Amino acid sequence: MSNSNDQSVYYVPHDGWYPVVLAAGLFFMVFGLGDALNAMKSGGDPGWVMSALGFSLFAVVLYFWFAKVIAENHAGLNNAQVKRSYVWGMGWFIFSEVMFFAAFFGALFYTRVLVVSWLGGDGGKAMTGDYLWPEFENTWPVMDNPDNAVFTPPEQSIQLKSFGSLFTYLPFWNTVILVASSFTVHWAHSAIKKGNRSGLVSWLALTVALGFLFVFLQGYEYWELYTHYGLTLDSGIYGSTFFILTGFHGFHVTLGAVILLVQLIRAIRGHFTATDQFGLEAGSWYWHFVDVVWICLFFLVYIV
Amino acid sequence: MSAVIESHDDHHDHGPAKGLARWLFTTNHKDIGTLYLWFSFAMLLIGGTMALIIRAELFQPGLQFVNPEFFNQMTTNHGLIMVFGAIMPAFVGLANWLVPMMVGAPDMALPRMNNLSFWILPFAFGMMISTLFMEGGGPNFGWTFYAPLSTTYAPDSVTFFIFAVHMMGASSIMGSINIIATILNMRAPGMTLMQMPLFVWTWLITAYLLIAVMPVLAGAVTMMLFDIHFGTSFFNAAGGGDPVMFQHIFWFFGHPEVYIMILPAFGIVSHIIPTFARKQLFGYDSMVYAVASIAFLSFIVWAHHMFTVGMPLAGQLFFMYATMLIAIPTGVKVFNWISTMWRGSMTFETPMLFAIAFVVLFTIGGFSGLMLAITPADYQYHDTYFVVAHFHYVLVPGALFSIIAAVYYWLPKWCGNMYDERLGKLHFWLSFIGVNVTFFPQHFSGLAGMPRRIPDYALQFADFNMISSVGAFIFGFSQLLFMYVVIHAIRSGKQATGRVWEGAHGLEWTLPSPAPYHSFTHPPKVTAADAHG
Amino acid sequence: MSNSPIVSRLILAVVALAAPAVAFADELNMRVGVTEISREVYDLHMLIFWICVVIGVVVFGVMFWSIVHHRRAAGYEPASFHENTKIEIAWTVGPLLILIAMAVPATEVLVKMYDTGGEDMTVEVRGYQWKWQYKYLDDDFNETFAFMSNMKTSQDEIYERANKGEHYLLDVDNPLVIPTNRKVRFLLTANDVIHAWWVPDFGIKRDAIPGIINELWAIVPEPGIYRGQCTELCGKDHGFMPVVVQVLDEADYDVWYGEQLQAAQARKAALSKTFTPEELMAEGEAVYGTYCVACHQPAGQGIPPVYPALAGSPKVTGDQGDQIQILWEGVPGSAMQSFASQLDAAQIAAVVHYTRNSWGNSVGDVTQPRDVVEWSEGSQE
Ligand code: HEA
Ligand code: HEA
Ligand code: HEC
Ligand code: CUA
Ligand SMILES: [Cu+2]
Repeated sequence: MSNSNDQSVYYVPHDGWYPVVLAAGLFFMVFGLGDALNAMKSGGDPGWVMSALGFSLFAVVLYFWFAKVIAENHAGLNNAQVKRSYVWGMGWFIFSEVMFFAAFFGALFYTRVLVVSWLGGDGGKAMTGDYLWPEFENTWPVMDNPDNAVFTPPEQSIQLKSFGSLFTYLPFWNTVILVASSFTVHWAHSAIKKGNRSGLVSWLALTVALGFLFVFLQGYEYWELYTHYGLTLDSGIYGSTFFILTGFHGFHVTLGAVILLVQLIRAIRGHFTATDQFGLEAGSWYWHFVDVVWICLFFLVYIV
Repeated sequence: MSAVIESHDDHHDHGPAKGLARWLFTTNHKDIGTLYLWFSFAMLLIGGTMALIIRAELFQPGLQFVNPEFFNQMTTNHGLIMVFGAIMPAFVGLANWLVPMMVGAPDMALPRMNNLSFWILPFAFGMMISTLFMEGGGPNFGWTFYAPLSTTYAPDSVTFFIFAVHMMGASSIMGSINIIATILNMRAPGMTLMQMPLFVWTWLITAYLLIAVMPVLAGAVTMMLFDIHFGTSFFNAAGGGDPVMFQHIFWFFGHPEVYIMILPAFGIVSHIIPTFARKQLFGYDSMVYAVASIAFLSFIVWAHHMFTVGMPLAGQLFFMYATMLIAIPTGVKVFNWISTMWRGSMTFETPMLFAIAFVVLFTIGGFSGLMLAITPADYQYHDTYFVVAHFHYVLVPGALFSIIAAVYYWLPKWCGNMYDERLGKLHFWLSFIGVNVTFFPQHFSGLAGMPRRIPDYALQFADFNMISSVGAFIFGFSQLLFMYVVIHAIRSGKQATGRVWEGAHGLEWTLPSPAPYHSFTHPPKVTAADAHG
Repeated sequence: MSNSPIVSRLILAVVALAAPAVAFADELNMRVGVTEISREVYDLHMLIFWICVVIGVVVFGVMFWSIVHHRRAAGYEPASFHENTKIEIAWTVGPLLILIAMAVPATEVLVKMYDTGGEDMTVEVRGYQWKWQYKYLDDDFNETFAFMSNMKTSQDEIYERANKGEHYLLDVDNPLVIPTNRKVRFLLTANDVIHAWWVPDFGIKRDAIPGIINELWAIVPEPGIYRGQCTELCGKDHGFMPVVVQVLDEADYDVWYGEQLQAAQARKAALSKTFTPEELMAEGEAVYGTYCVACHQPAGQGIPPVYPALAGSPKVTGDQGDQIQILWEGVPGSAMQSFASQLDAAQIAAVVHYTRNSWGNSVGDVTQPRDVVEWSEGSQE
């Protein structure tokens, strides 16, 4: 029944071991991670074995899972309705990611606009600053923490100093790179829709390259911040919001780049046709999403 | 890669696999629904046992059974397990069973992911419960885990708690994506959105709420993780953060969360009442709009849980007004249910009894909610047993009763057998009495000033606590009767007909009982009478 | 609706049943309290309560009437109507009007509560795990004197080894003292986690949040002792953190205030005194009993692994300075807080001496206030 290629029937896959093993892999990964973090906190040996094994299990199952889904598609089991389910699935997944970032942007907004002014003796709860933190001033970025003994403040801010220096500002170039890569992935997609495989492969390769370049430069920036700017995770709310936003963004770029890399390998192997390229399309949506997050981030974290 | 596909010719009839493998590896929406339902029942017993420990300790003043440290762990885990382990998975289980049958689909849209959503849960709860046995004990900071009690001052096991919450969130998000895709993409031809059964409608909106807020909860626990392990200062004023920010983020999730636990219940009741009143649901359209309005409002009322944190006046007023507005669409629903009963031809089988009790007791819970929304009065109610009474009225005779009603109502369709009506009614009356004896007196102890989350209390609260504890044991143990009734029906109940209830409408009743392993391999023709009824 | 006889009869019945219940005010209902604000809150509470009761009676009345009459067993055939736009609009607009009627008085009371200005005196209220500290401030918000307020109920009463006293769990050693008829402004904050300060009879409750100031005020017309509790989960002993306020006539208050100022002077003088070991042991035992026992337990055995034993601990029996440091600075990231702002040097010296020479610990040396003062001055450099 469901293994026939009858296109009027919605393909329901058979029983399989992937999901439950994937869940087990996930469990060992996070349990091991928790153990390691707690060990590190009390100064012990993290012992990454369990989480590494869990991650490997997780990754291997994911490989098989996707391979199988691709194979099913090639075998013609997925009719248009099944494909629409994938479209909905990816769309709502990206929405959930948007909300995840919304939490961090919300934290940035709340601390920056409200908390720092209260602690600095302005606004609705000015008594907080006047009475408890008389030394602290309401400025952003926060270069002096309410209690500098507990949280060592940064030495320099990473904020863009003047528009004149835009062209020597690394985050600006990172923006250029990421925006460019949004175009290249779009061209890759357009190419295959016209049946142009070599166009697909080259534009996609360029996209992946730009993606990893972005991650590399971001890594370099972090190194600079830690060594020369004194801006770290523990340098107060400025460092906290900066690193959580850019860090999770960078993590998502890495993820997106890996997804696109997989699509690139598939493209080289002859996957995707002018009418059937959902894997690529989903990857490119994800990539656009990551790009949009960066643009918000660039303005809200680096510029204003 | 393309050669990996196996041949399935031996599977032509495609029935369930045998033994344990069936449950571990299944992609079938009914099997997964069953897994969810049994899992949540197990969690109800575990979370309920914790509630009974709480009630035993509070039976009289003084400390008799547990120390304060353990008491806090019980309160916390009771709340977490009931919310994330009992109520939510039960609704997802019902959605799994019912949504494909109600919209005329062969299965859920993404069956493998469906299995993954379920199997993450036992691991997540295994991890969370295991923290109780760790050095320093498990989570003890309340189910709302306010920083800095849950960060700087938390036991080490909080790290595992955080990851457990991440896993539950992943499970919920995947489950919701699946439900949305099923509803939007898998409806039988001819079923328009405004013909969908209300359970499907309420779940569509619930799933949307879940996808919108579970990631925010993930963000909150992630910031906790960073504050604990990586030196950030999100929730620490010494570094320019604010403990209150945690509460804003938590309740931005938390308030929609409580509607996530009630909207599917509204859907269930909107099926049961028309069936047993033998009359079409009154005001179908306004029911849909009311649910949508409640969902919308749920995003802008979160700070009514935080009236005492010292927000600026304008904020207090905004959140008070917005919260009060929710009474309007909720009232519309209550009025519609009653109008459905009005001039019907009612009979009172067990599902109907639970549904009627739902309407009455949920409304009482709603009234106390409205009282809590009045900010100046909330200063007196906040963090007292009045709040505990409020939310148990909406959660236990609300959410939980609707789940029990749903099980009685659809069980014959699931297993093909009728349950024992006499025992079902006995279960209802025991539960009804138990629940009121437990939670009604808590209004009084709350108004008299008893704070929540305390293991011991001043002498003037003694009488009401004793009554409440007695009720809790009545209610708790009557759920064992429920288990018996269900198992008895599955094993040896009378054969049920296809339609089961003479007044029932909807596609699921056009299938034989028990429903075949694959509901609608070919989409059915939808007639108006079989849509929402 | 009022011309339906059954409904009005039902309303009557409920009112008749509820009225005596309301009379048990103390047990069944919110306390009226003693301040103007608390009375207004009470009235508001009763207003919304009765509105809900009336709506409930109407709604449930209709429903039960239907249940009784429209049942199949009574031979009733189902009607077929399933919508009616007019009535649906009516029951959307009706509740809206009712809500507005509730919102107006609620807004008025709330605005009044937010008016913290024009105070006659200011007290800082600071939450600690698990006790309160009250700091009396002068007009420039500088401290004049301060004291801790600990629960007085004994462990024996809690663990059923002794009869429970009259104010079981609601009694403290040093209540907050304020005068009648003066506007007292409270600045709330906390040292460790979030607590909440609540005096039901004043109709005020607010969270005490570390690093943040919240404000409250009260004008209490009647002298008396008013009791409340901490109402935000703050860890193990959240249930054992009462709030007690003693309100004195203005004249009595002024006398009390003068005495406190003098006592504060005397405590300062004690810092340079030399005590005998016996005096230190006695004072140390008292301090230990109020400040340390909740975590480190009566015989110093602690509750491992979270709360370490002090009996036999090398940190206690080792270098004197080590323990002074622990008490002065706390152990960051743990429940072991800094006691520098709760205990003065004389009290710290006493408790250090006591722990070093109790429960089998026998270092034998003597710790004097000046050791602590010297240590703390050394640490400041
Ligand atoms: C299923 C879950 C559920 C539901 C449906 C609700 C519904 C409501 N809740 Fe509740 N609530 C909780 C679960 C829920 N709540 C939980 C778990 C907590 C505590 C969390 C914690 O701190 O641990 C809580 C706490 C809570 C608070 C915070 C109290 C405090 O901590 O101080 C408030 C304050 O505004 C509130 C308000 C409301 C309101 C106004 C509604 C409304 O939606 C109710 C609307 C319904 C009606 C009003 C009845 C029917 C209407 C009519 C018949 C129409 C006519 C009526 C009028 C015009 C009055 N709730
Ligand atoms: C979501 C749903 C939900 C449900 C269904 C319940 C159900 C119950 N709750 Fe729940 N409760 C919460 C959600 C819920 N609760 C939340 C969110 C909190 C706040 C937590 C916090 O403050 O952080 C709370 C807090 C809370 C408190 C306050 C604790 C405190 O402040 O310290 C109390 C006290 O009475 C209580 C009691 C009960 C009781 C008696 C039940 C009864 O309905 C339970 C019935 C019992 C059973 C169903 C168990 C049956 C089991 C047996 C008979 C044993 C059989 C054993 C085996 C087979 C092994 N609950
Ligand atoms: C709120 C609970 C609490 C209170 C009250 C408390 N302590 Fe502690 N104490 C702790 C905790 C927790 C530690 C362990 C800190 C760590 O090392 O992580 C500790 C550690 C100590 C240590 C170090 C012991 C060791 O072996 O590491 C000493 C000494 C000590 N406390 C003395 C006192 C004294 C004296 C008082 C009263 C004035 C007191 N404490 C009050 C919780 C408390
Ligand atoms: Cu302090 Cu609760
Ligand atoms: Cu809410």
